[in-house]
Amino acid sequence: MTFWKIAWRNMQQRALASSLTGFSMALGVALMILVIVIHEVTVQQFSSDAQGYHLIVGGSKGGDVQLVMNTVFHIGNPLYPIPYSYYKEFVDGNYAPFTKVAIPYCIGDSFHANGWRFRVVATTPDLFDKISYGANDDGSDKQYRFQSGRNIQTDHFFEAVVGSVAAKKSGLKVGDTFQPTHGMSAAGNKHVEFEIVGVLSPTGTANDRAVFVNIEGFYLLDGHALPAENRDATQAQQQEPDPIDPNRGRLPLPEQQREVTSILVLCNNDLGMMSLDQAINKGKDRTAIAVKPGYLVQDMLDKVIGPVRLVLLVLTILIVIVAGISILVSIYNSMSERSHDIAVMRALGASRTAVMGIILAESILLSLLGGLVGVLLGHACLAIASPYVMAHAGITLRFWQFNWYESLLIPGLVVFASLVGFLPALTAYRTDVGRSLGAGR
Amino acid sequence: MLLLENVRKSYREPNGEPLPILDIEHFRLDAGEQTVLRGRSGCGKTTLLNCISGLTTVDHGRIVIKDRDIARLPEVTRDRFRARHIGFVFQTFNLLPAFTAFENVLLGMTFTGQKTDASRARRLLDEVGLCHRMGHKPAALSVGEQQRVAVARALANQPSLLLADEPTANVDPAHQQQVIDLLRGACEQEKVAMLLVTHAPEVSDQFARVEYLEKVNRVLPSPNSPAL
Ligand SMILES: Nc1ncnc2c1ncn2[C@@H]1O[C@H](COP(=O)(O)OP(=O)(O)OP(=O)(O)O)[C@@H](O)[C@H]1O
Ligand SMILES: [Mg+2]
Repeated sequence: MTFWKIAWRNMQQRALASSLTGFSMALGVALMILVIVIHEVTVQQFSSDAQGYHLIVGGSKGGDVQLVMNTVFHIGNPLYPIPYSYYKEFVDGNYAPFTKVAIPYCIGDSFHANGWRFRVVATTPDLFDKISYGANDDGSDKQYRFQSGRNIQTDHFFEAVVGSVAAKKSGLKVGDTFQPTHGMSAAGNKHVEFEIVGVLSPTGTANDRAVFVNIEGFYLLDGHALPAENRDATQAQQQEPDPIDPNRGRLPLPEQQREVTSILVLCNNDLGMMSLDQAINKGKDRTAIAVKPGYLVQDMLDKVIGPVRLVLLVLTILIVIVAGISILVSIYNSMSERSHDIAVMRALGASRTAVMGIILAESILLSLLGGLVGVLLGHACLAIASPYVMAHAGITLRFWQFNWYESLLIPGLVVFASLVGFLPALTAYRTDVGRSLGAGR
Repeated sequence: MLLLENVRKSYREPNGEPLPILDIEHFRLDAGEQTVLRGRSGCGKTTLLNCISGLTTVDHGRIVIKDRDIARLPEVTRDRFRARHIGFVFQTFNLLPAFTAFENVLLGMTFTGQKTDASRARRLLDEVGLCHRMGHKPAALSVGEQQRVAVARALANQPSLLLADEPTANVDPAHQQQVIDLLRGACEQEKVAMLLVTHAPEVSDQFARVEYLEKVNRVLPSPNSPAL
């Protein structure tokens, strides 16, 4: 019979105490796994939100954090706009040689439905056609897809596309119309209607929670145009509405009346990115700043989530230690009732180290089994939580994906269990056989 | 086969004074010989058996089993020697409660450093008449049955010496003879020398050789210990 089998039989003999202590270990490990995976997912989540482009350009007044918060995560105080001409620099101006794709954003409107508030982002179809939202594990780009409908068409001004989570929560589907609200409060003036032409597939990014409208239509809404120098020109455009005209007889807003709040820039290459960074942030014209979102997000994660994770990890490690101590106490308390069994084994020829090893094996078995159950429990919790988290946060929890930390868990638990089992094992080692045999049980 | 020479063993009193228990000038047991050891309670019979098996170290003297002085062996070697050459049957609680009767016999083979022989374990249980109770744990066996499993386990490794410390003290008189017959028969069959401690005259009367420890032992029993 192996020591493992002997240890296993001893555990069975004390089934209730063994399963309770093993379960406390399982809970500790499950919590640890939850903390590790949730942190991992959060970091992945936040960093993947800012992928697919190199720079975010926006007004210098609000600062870089506000710019990234608004543009990437659709949260935070409104931005200070920059002139449309600045955007044009990326399209056919000074910055164009370094730029592959530039996507204008106008942020500031919102849409309210079912008690939820969604940010309305006015942009161009390029957002979904020309950039990706990160890379797959195999290195290929993740392209935006539509679970129904299609992308906005540039020349259909009043078309809109809705993110997957926003669609689910608001009930919007292809063919529906909705009215964005000016500003962020539900009481703001309602604008004219936009028609939903597409619903995005889940991306796991903040874009799942936003509504995207054609920037051309956005400019034509009340209060979005700058005062015109030539008022007659705009009036003239509205005179003869054509019933089948998707743009309701409206013509695009002249460029001098336009503003943008931010621009997503996909550069030609790293050199292009450095040149743009240099030109925008260090040049003479300081109306705008260019931010590398990846760096900023990483920085925010390190400063905010890093310490939180550390605290949580320390707490879960403490829980695991407490579970280990409960194993120690449980085995140690049973040592006096075992001293006779140990003496019998010694009489059968077991050496001191053998009886010590049997006790250690029991501690290791308890910890490992508890740990294993904990790993399964942790992942099961994630599996149960994942559809809920998916629906409410648009985050895909990859619960089946095992973290490399978890492979450390096995040797870690073995070492820990050996430490924990050492005290009772030492008691076994020192058992006075003569006395214990006489004492009976 | 077993030879004791000038064996001295003393425990320590709580105040640190040595408390002599054994002082045996000469004691021998031939191969296959069956001997009863008697003596009043507290005279050191169990201590003597523990010294012979090497579970307790002696202060002085030689304990030679199969031409090896086990008093001088390192502990690990002595443990291994005990596993291979000495079988044990105690008064009670011989068996480990977590293991079935069969596993208890296997456990007797575990610490020899050799492979366990499941078929021999089965055969031994069969010989003590317990083949139908092999899967039972000790709690489900009567005291007599437990002692029979203990006999099977003591013989598991074909030992040269079997030490039995009052193996029938807790068995009812009807089954006492059964256990004794079993022990004697098995030891005869496997050519095992046996040293059996008992207080029961009806048991010791069956043996050709009966030793009184008080006669062999030069330590005088403490005056307040009851005569037997
Ligand atoms: N570990 C020990 N420390 C101190 N004294 C001990 C120890 N073990 C036994 N003794 C003493 O040694 C003496 C002999 O004990 P032992 O158990 O060998 O007697 P015994 O002849 O087997 O008695 P019984 O017939 O009652 O089983 C007793 O007086 C006992 O109190
Ligand atoms: Mg005794």
